Amino acid sequence: MKANEEEQRHTIVVLVDNEPGVLARVIGLFSGRGYNIDSLTVAEVDKERGLSRINIVTSGTRVVIEQIKALLAKLVPVHKVQDLTVEGPAVERELALVKVVGDRERLIQALRIADFMHARLVDSRPDSLIFEVTGTSDELDAFIALVEPVEVSRAGVVAIARGPKALVPDRG
Amino acid sequence: MPATASATETSQLTGAQVIVKALQDQGVELIFGYPGGAVLPLYDVLFQQDKIRHILVRHEQAAVHAAEGYARSTGKVGVVLVTSGPGATNTVTGLTDALMDSTPIVCLTGQVPTHMIGNDAFQEADTVGITRPCTKHNYLVKRPEDLARIIHEAFHVARSGRPGPVVVDLPKNIQTGKAPYVGPEAVRLRGYRPRREPDLARVEEAIELLLRAQRPIFYVGGGVINAGPTACTLLTELVRATGAPITLTLMGLGAYPASDPQFLGMLGMHGTYEANMAMYECDLMLAIGARFDDRVTGRLDGFSPRSKKVHVDIDPSSINKNVVVDVPIVGDAELALLAMLDCFRRRANEHDPERLTGWWRQIEKWRAVDSLRFRQESRAIKPQTAIKRLWEKTRDRDVYVTTDVGQHQMWAAQHFKFDKPMRWLTSGGLGTMGFGFPAAIGVQLAHPEATVLCISGDASFVMNMQELSTAIQYRLPVKTFILNNEYMGMVRQWQDFFHGSRRAESYMAALPDFVKLAEAFGAVGLRASRIEELDPVIDAALAADKPVIVDVVVEKMENVYPMIPGGCAHNEIKLSPEDDGPHEPISEEGMVLV
Repeated sequence: MKANEEEQRHTIVVLVDNEPGVLARVIGLFSGRGYNIDSLTVAEVDKERGLSRINIVTSGTRVVIEQIKALLAKLVPVHKVQDLTVEGPAVERELALVKVVGDRERLIQALRIADFMHARLVDSRPDSLIFEVTGTSDELDAFIALVEPVEVSRAGVVAIARGPKALVPDRG
Repeated sequence: MPATASATETSQLTGAQVIVKALQDQGVELIFGYPGGAVLPLYDVLFQQDKIRHILVRHEQAAVHAAEGYARSTGKVGVVLVTSGPGATNTVTGLTDALMDSTPIVCLTGQVPTHMIGNDAFQEADTVGITRPCTKHNYLVKRPEDLARIIHEAFHVARSGRPGPVVVDLPKNIQTGKAPYVGPEAVRLRGYRPRREPDLARVEEAIELLLRAQRPIFYVGGGVINAGPTACTLLTELVRATGAPITLTLMGLGAYPASDPQFLGMLGMHGTYEANMAMYECDLMLAIGARFDDRVTGRLDGFSPRSKKVHVDIDPSSINKNVVVDVPIVGDAELALLAMLDCFRRRANEHDPERLTGWWRQIEKWRAVDSLRFRQESRAIKPQTAIKRLWEKTRDRDVYVTTDVGQHQMWAAQHFKFDKPMRWLTSGGLGTMGFGFPAAIGVQLAHPEATVLCISGDASFVMNMQELSTAIQYRLPVKTFILNNEYMGMVRQWQDFFHGSRRAESYMAALPDFVKLAEAFGAVGLRASRIEELDPVIDAALAADKPVIVDVVVEKMENVYPMIPGGCAHNEIKLSPEDDGPHEPISEEGMVLV
């Protein structure tokens, strides 16, 4: 095992029972072992079966990523673990709400950037604008860098594998 | 007993009755516990039945260790019952111990009523929050309709896959309110399906490597014992059929008969020279139910550098965690060993035992070093002598041994020889001082006719000596041998080796008179201070039908050898002090290791 092996960014999808404490188990696994969480999103995706989907962006060496996946799969409420970075190709999206404040000239400038970067205006005041922007994390970074906002709220990465195969729990 | 009772029969049950019924349906015979406000309804139901026996411990930590002793000597799930708040927090060390050593435990904790959770109520603690990282899984029961299913799930999770502790937190109003009963078949764990069947192609690959290896070794751990006695029998058959040497981890002792010539002894920090050298020089390592613990591997980049490695483990996260292996096999050790043995027998004509002659010649040279030797020169008792005599005098008995943690534990591992599994119970992963005595209580309750020895140290024993009261109450003739050197011996050894002999706080001042201590509780107290007193005292202890504390006054400055210092590889093993001269300083990297 090489300790100085390069760290890689991985997007990992976890299908879990939507029950109290499940997120704490997942987060505790990362914090307790010193692994990174770059982004994390959780929401119920199957009300009938009570399933939630957790999208985690993490970084680590190959060995660490394998450990993370094995440890996630070991948690009792976890149904499936999928590493989209390895099992790809996948679509990744993030949503951000971006508030820009300034004089008229500055706001017009922001509107122009929003227009060519496909951000949507969701709130407009004489001295402030709020944009909704979706895209890859890189695209969001680029937009945010250009408009120089006063406040940003990001939803975190959601991701899904391309193609007809679906991530579903085993029967039961 | 019917799996489910009819609706009319069960609709009148309280939560506490449902819990006890579920425990009965799980075949629970014994509960180790301590009552308190938040579990009074449960105790009330236990009081009114006689299928399950409750053992009152004197501290909740000891309840878990006793349950571990019961579980590890029987293969069944150990059950603990404690109250909320301090009752629950006191179990944390025991739960962590059980997690590290893969011991199946179900721990029921009382909790304040659901409507008071979060109010900082009297004896409230966030038990599921506190125990989340030290359990395999835990539950807070919030709805009566989940209660029975959760109890059954807890047992299923505790005993299946890689076993471990499961906590079920039970608010008092859940115990008092009505709850429906469902039987064990109600378990509904949709995502939890530990893999038991090994990948047969990988097994084939492993045997292929084994048939070609010139210097193979089996490296086997407690996972094989957890897999059951059949797994141990299969292991013995496979090792004998292949003619290869085998070494066992601390947790694995007994999985293969120690008296067999193919056994090289324990490996690791205080393992034998031949086991560690063979691990270093082997060309094929077959790791089964072992987890490449740092006490076993030493410095990782110097760990068995020229071998191909096969790793069989039920826990996928144990594979490639510390050491990257060539052939990973996820599965139950029994099924994997069965498949390996099948495959090996099918290809027996390809097996040439002659090719191992050179390897065994080399191993015999290492063995001739006799790395566990010691000299009983004076009248002062060497701790190793005490262990050796204890083993020799109990060889024809049905004997179980528990230990605490430190020098005495290593000497016991080195000098007490185990031919059968589940006879050796020690805190391997967590290294919990205070484990041994309550664990022995659990073993004796499970095996009333057996000889149960607790080999302890003066510092370890006082960590849970209140359990003498438990042993007396239940007339448990546990024989405790305290190797008394008036030090935390292993701490003193490390201070002498690595910290300029500055013995900071490792001297045990103001120790009790252990003979009088035993007598104060109503137990038998004995002492041996000179070598000629040792045998008579062992005989007297073994003959007693009450709990016995033997204060074995041993040579104070004896150190445990061989030793692989922190940050060193297997081939950098230190033998006894006379071969070694003064200890050279170890690397900075080694100094930070525990």
